[in-house]
Amino acid sequence: MSQRGFLRWLWRQLTSMKTALILLFLLAIVSIPGSYFPQRGTNPILVDQWIADYPTLGPILDSIGLFDVFGSPWYSAVYILLFISLIGCVVPRLGVHWSAMRSQPPPAPKNLSRLGGNSFEVEGESEAVIADARAILKKQHWRTVVGQDPDGSRWVSAEKGYLRETGNLVFHFSLILILVGVAVGGLFGWRGNVIVREGEGFSNTLTQYDAWGGGRLSSAENLPEFSFTLESFNVEFERGNSQEGAPRLFEATMVVDRPGEEGSTTHLVEVNEPLVIDSAKVFLVGHGYAPHLIVRDSKGQVVLDDAVVFLPQDGNFTSTGVIKVPDSDPQLGFRGLFLPTSAITEELGPHSIFPAPDDVSVFLGAWSGNLGLDSGISQSVYTLNVDDMTQLGLESLRVGQSWQLPEGAGSIELTGFERWASFQIASDPGKELALVASILAIAGLSLSLFIQRRRVWVKVGPVIEQGSSSRDKVGRVKVEVAGIAKASGHDAIEQVDNIVETLKGQGA
Amino acid sequence: MDFMNSVQLADASNNFVYASMVILFLATISFSVSFAAGRRRVSPVEVSSRRVLVEPSGSQVHEPDVALTQLDPGRRAANIGMSLTWLATGMLLIGVVLRGVWAGRVPWGNMYEFSISSALGILVVFLVWSTQRDLRWLGLFVTIPTLLTLGMAVTVLYTESAQLVPALKSYWLVIHVFAAIIGGGAFTVGAATAGLSLISGKGWFKQLPPREKLEGLTHKVIAFSFPIWTFAVVAGAIWAENAWGRYWGWDPKETWAFITWVIFAAYLHARSTAGWKHQKASVIAIVGWVAFLVNYFGVNIFINSLHSYAGM
Ligand code: HEM
Repeated sequence: MSQRGFLRWLWRQLTSMKTALILLFLLAIVSIPGSYFPQRGTNPILVDQWIADYPTLGPILDSIGLFDVFGSPWYSAVYILLFISLIGCVVPRLGVHWSAMRSQPPPAPKNLSRLGGNSFEVEGESEAVIADARAILKKQHWRTVVGQDPDGSRWVSAEKGYLRETGNLVFHFSLILILVGVAVGGLFGWRGNVIVREGEGFSNTLTQYDAWGGGRLSSAENLPEFSFTLESFNVEFERGNSQEGAPRLFEATMVVDRPGEEGSTTHLVEVNEPLVIDSAKVFLVGHGYAPHLIVRDSKGQVVLDDAVVFLPQDGNFTSTGVIKVPDSDPQLGFRGLFLPTSAITEELGPHSIFPAPDDVSVFLGAWSGNLGLDSGISQSVYTLNVDDMTQLGLESLRVGQSWQLPEGAGSIELTGFERWASFQIASDPGKELALVASILAIAGLSLSLFIQRRRVWVKVGPVIEQGSSSRDKVGRVKVEVAGIAKASGHDAIEQVDNIVETLKGQGA
Repeated sequence: MDFMNSVQLADASNNFVYASMVILFLATISFSVSFAAGRRRVSPVEVSSRRVLVEPSGSQVHEPDVALTQLDPGRRAANIGMSLTWLATGMLLIGVVLRGVWAGRVPWGNMYEFSISSALGILVVFLVWSTQRDLRWLGLFVTIPTLLTLGMAVTVLYTESAQLVPALKSYWLVIHVFAAIIGGGAFTVGAATAGLSLISGKGWFKQLPPREKLEGLTHKVIAFSFPIWTFAVVAGAIWAENAWGRYWGWDPKETWAFITWVIFAAYLHARSTAGWKHQKASVIAIVGWVAFLVNYFGVNIFINSLHSYAGM
């Protein structure tokens, strides 16, 4: 086989229905691990934990992309092949369908009775009957053509249901458009997360985000300009017996400033009700507590007076956090547990039993020494590096209580707590295209599945007998009606019956 | 609701669900009796075809309906089964509606509610379809999975009603779940006909419609449910965009909805691919339904997902 011949053969294989079928199957199969293993894109913390729990298997699975299935080369290979096959398959069909749409139905077959034809006799001239039949068919939106057989019988050939193929092509092209929409979103879109305490503000620049990610072509420098303040945050939990503690309401009252706009506007942002600012949307995605603490050093100087964000660990908001005090000498560090409704048991230790702040306390472990902040390696605000520190002790505090640290290292006081809300701010310029394409896909699919391509024929034979009296000049003709549907499992019986009945009705 | 306090409403809803299970069980027995009796009746139940005979005079006669003229005990039992299924469906509808009234929202807030609604979905798809053609032979194979679903619901999945968590408060939820329930109900009926097409003609199953007929029926149901499922997935994406800021995030529930969709797309393709139209296509339809089940039970119960919502 020549090289060209081989390429042509390869292309034919790739664009065959069977290949499409197998690729669809492959796509289903390669998606499965993405639902089983935690994925970097959605749950990076779980991924790290998984790898830590399975130190030998973890890195192997990681290297073959099982923690990032939908971005892995093998996943991409499958869907890219599928879409190449799709394009190769439907583009030629466009041309074929275009000419089919503009051509006339093919002539009626010689022998209609072989097709389960339906024959009867009516009074009239064959020409008139054919004209009637054609009129009826046209009224029902059939495309018709008339003709005559060598034996003198006349026929109408009619076809209907071209929209089926149109719908099928629209559907497959819409799939390509959806992919384009997804790609545009992936390249130009961006999304960031930020935690904002009650009363605190945020302005939309890269440095203010806790985490930010954007597509290769997104512009991190040119984020839409706006800022907001989280004025208040409301949350309610179920207190009935059933599903106790489940969140029932959370809403953030936000004061928003935009450039070029006089004054601020106040908005209520809830789950399912994001705030739309230009191309960006601000979603409320989570919330938690920030205990307010005052730390004094050994001389009694206040070295920290702030609310520190703690992250919830369970549905009852048992929350963990870290307090770093670099300005005391020696430096101080605390690991803490914030409990909105405190309880302590043998096996769970201190934990929260309800998400609302009904009985607040913090459990603290204190360290002194060197926080390691100058080492040049950036540290997360949620972890405390205790390599160069010594533990001072453990204590629990309620609001208003303070703890004198051992060895005269200072003191720490819990003065209260604030709430914080976390926001996801996202811009996806491809989503409108994806939505429109999805709607087109559903419309095309419905046409393609519910419309049947059918052909029917009406054939009128020569006059059988002439009336004897002069008044009764009209003859009787034999009429045959038959039809087929192009898709297996369908027929044209109903359409044929309908035409037969109408023709008979007119003849009588 | 002043005339009934909430406890009464809850009990009423549960009682209607239990009553519908009892009636559905009786329906299953009737269908079984009919099935057992049908073993002797070899001629397939073939009523839907409206083949018209043409007499020389030109008048037409509809072919005598073999099935309907034989009112043997088996057929009578099947009729009783159909009536009981209608009754059970009515009861279940009332049970689901009362549940919604009690909760003051659509009754799709947790796995229990979703299951009883899905059972209703299966029955509704079956019964509506049965008004178009004779489906008495299919009754047994629809009532059994429905009973299993309801059984799971009242034993394993039962949850007291409560309000929805905020992420579920959206009219897109109503649209999305409604489409998923109808699509899933039809997939279930389709899996039943696909499964039967694989065994039709053998032993006891000689009484079923012939294989090709069953394959055609399977295609019809799935052609009906596939666009609905597609719509459910899109509606879910719109909802996700509103709630979480991204329309698609490969959350396990989304992933399995996609897998289900791709497999049924493969089914429809198979029906147009030489060499794949028959048994292989039926197997694909069953695999698609299994993916639907994985999404429905597996993901909610075993996998940590954003969608593993309230009460389960
Ligand atoms: C992204 C991948 C694809 C998906 C999700 C998909 C989906 C579907 C669906 C659901 C149908 C049934 C609806 C209908 O009959 O119009 C269908 C039909 C069809 N597809 Fe695809 N398809 C894909 C790729 C392809 C490819 C690569 C080819 C060419 C090899 C192809 C050729 C066809 C043809 C010819 C039909 C019409 C079958 C008929 O007339 O019954 N499709 N496709």
